[in-house]
Amino acid sequence: MAEQARLIDIYIMGRHCQVPEGLTILTALEYSGYRMIRGCGCRAGFCGACATIYNFKNDPQLRYDLACQKTVEPDMYLVQVPFFPAIKATYDLEKVKPTGEKILALYPDLVKCFGCNTCTKTCPQELEVMWFVSDALRGDIREVADKSFDCLMCGLCAARCPQGLVPYNMALLCRRLYGRYLAPVSQHLEDRIAEIDSGKFDAEIEALMKAQETELRSMYAGRDMEPALEQYWE
Amino acid sequence: MYPAYLEESIHLVEDTRVRRLIETMPPLAEVEKTLLLRQYHPDYIEESMRQLQVGVNRGDSTPVELADLLEGNPRIDPDTIDPSRPDYNVDVLVIGCGGAGASAALLAHEEGTRVLIATKLRLGDANTVGAQAGTQAADRPNDSPAIHYLDTMGGGHFANIPELVEVLVKDAPSVIKWLERLGVNWDKDADGSMHELSGGGTSRRRLHSARDYTGLEEMRVLRDELRNKKIDYLEFAPAIELILDDRGQIAGAVLMNLETDELIVVRARAVIITTGGIGRLHIQDFPTTNHYGATADGLVLAYRAGARLIFIDTMQYHPTGAVYPLQILGQLVTEKVRTLGAQLVNAAGEQFVMPLEPRDIVASAIIRECRERQRGLTTPHGEVGVWLDSPMIDIIRGEGTITRELPAMVRQFRRHNIDITREPILVHPTLHYQNGGIMIDTDGATNVPGLYAAGECTGGVHGRNRLIGNSTLDLFVFGRRAGWAAAQYARQVKRGSPTLDHVRNWQQELERTDLAGKRPVSPRLLPNYIRRTRGHARQEL
Repeated sequence: MAEQARLIDIYIMGRHCQVPEGLTILTALEYSGYRMIRGCGCRAGFCGACATIYNFKNDPQLRYDLACQKTVEPDMYLVQVPFFPAIKATYDLEKVKPTGEKILALYPDLVKCFGCNTCTKTCPQELEVMWFVSDALRGDIREVADKSFDCLMCGLCAARCPQGLVPYNMALLCRRLYGRYLAPVSQHLEDRIAEIDSGKFDAEIEALMKAQETELRSMYAGRDMEPALEQYWE
Repeated sequence: MYPAYLEESIHLVEDTRVRRLIETMPPLAEVEKTLLLRQYHPDYIEESMRQLQVGVNRGDSTPVELADLLEGNPRIDPDTIDPSRPDYNVDVLVIGCGGAGASAALLAHEEGTRVLIATKLRLGDANTVGAQAGTQAADRPNDSPAIHYLDTMGGGHFANIPELVEVLVKDAPSVIKWLERLGVNWDKDADGSMHELSGGGTSRRRLHSARDYTGLEEMRVLRDELRNKKIDYLEFAPAIELILDDRGQIAGAVLMNLETDELIVVRARAVIITTGGIGRLHIQDFPTTNHYGATADGLVLAYRAGARLIFIDTMQYHPTGAVYPLQILGQLVTEKVRTLGAQLVNAAGEQFVMPLEPRDIVASAIIRECRERQRGLTTPHGEVGVWLDSPMIDIIRGEGTITRELPAMVRQFRRHNIDITREPILVHPTLHYQNGGIMIDTDGATNVPGLYAAGECTGGVHGRNRLIGNSTLDLFVFGRRAGWAAAQYARQVKRGSPTLDHVRNWQQELERTDLAGKRPVSPRLLPNYIRRTRGHARQEL
């Protein structure tokens, strides 16, 4: 199919290439002969390895995206961001208190944010990065966790921040604090772990393990199925 | 935006929604399932398989793409490497760093051993991050590990190794708690109870999710913890051969720096292989959901060192890979879409399979619908698929459910002007998972002393077909077990003298069977997607 598609002009690190329209930036690089080592991961928009910067021949404004998800457009100038050095605080989660003071202690650069909103404009996931930075400044860990949840940690926000903030690592700290300390406890999980430890299910599982295959098959075919939608039908 | 000629079929899908709201497809009986699989599942296409001619599994069938690599020529010349002069000397070497590798490294570190992680791409670049739907654990009051056991065995066609399934289901709730204590954010209701969904082949709602970024959430937390614990790691440094010693025990590995081409010799008392899957071999030319590095390297390394493989003749084709638009061909449309209530419908708007059958059944039913019954739809690029009617979710569960539960999917399709809250998704099976792999026991130990394995590169846990949410579970259950067991082993093992004789013997065996000239070098390391052009020869620097 690719051979019949219309060819468009792109520029890979300045080099002129023609590629069929409809490719992603990543597949356009490969079409043009580049074998990726860095700058390529899940190829499905989940890992953040292929963070990319581009602009256009007649439009110097920088744009940001994931190379595996963004479709190439005519006159794009492309470059990958294979690595960007970013600060990550190291900490023992068991000893960190879930407070705004602690977040500021681990990421003191947070106070330098002057609200330029470059991070938000940069985010390929379209997250409200600057807003969760200000939530962090107020110590609202829950809000940071919620707003930053879809972060792929591609690092573009840190790469572009004029003040050297690292929003994606700071947000990960907040999410971990939320999960560890602030999320409500699942009592049914605790109960089940205790039941398993006490050996409550051992006999039943052992019987299943010893059962003949025909027996197991009939138990499987006859097992009762919990409705997938039960709790939503009213 | 869909091309105009598909509009007519989309209208039929819309028109049948009211009827389908009350219509339920009956589950298939066992005999019907068997017949469906035999006729339409890609595993049953005999020409796609070949018997291995060398190694422990000689005589076993496996897809030709994998057979080529398992019978491949080593990348190294053993005479040019001195395995007794290592660049790194550690207790436990972990090869690969997805969910299983990270869990193994954390547990081995916790046991006080010196750990080194070697990984082909970046730390955490693995199929784990692409896992969307959830992780199974039987922790609700109406559920039990025994029911989870039965579901898992049935899904795997009762071929699973019972002892492995036993620890899988029993460890599951503790794994969920372990992850939460590390800071994973599970979807919960206000009272703290887990917000759980069912999946294909599960008889209870037991999928623990983090929106539709479950694997990403698990991986980014584990990766962060590896850094907090200051565990050493080498990125872009895949293993290309294992090192044994004169006692037949594992003794380390030879790594390759992908950017400088340097070889790195690691001496290790124990080695854990957690290299994941195989999708980038594109078995039978299927597109794949897998990440860039999923090329079966761990299977090749382990096999050459004498480890036994099992169930290497069965792959999982995820029923719902995207077929439109072309930019995301083969990428995962999470099973959570069906879990939430979306139905599979053909060009005429009719359902043809119960949407929550196990994956191999649903995949085969879609292939039948497209190939035999000709009720699929063809994209402008010639791909064929059926509709996954996502808007049903909001109709059943209320406006806003899709946006809340499936942000990754909404975002991915919105990029291409498809609104999955209003329009259905065009899907076809895509290569997703290898059901088999390196044979392990409940400690993740292989038949080679000191060699451990965990996660997708292993076989036996899932039998001949894995259930949704049992893969991420497998990673943490067996990653943790392998990490712990490898640390205990490393503490007491009496080391011999390291050698690469097994590589020499392998090469001789290939010469003797006349395969050396016919097989590629392996492990593959990375797929080659460079366009082949006429008249442009390539010259290595």
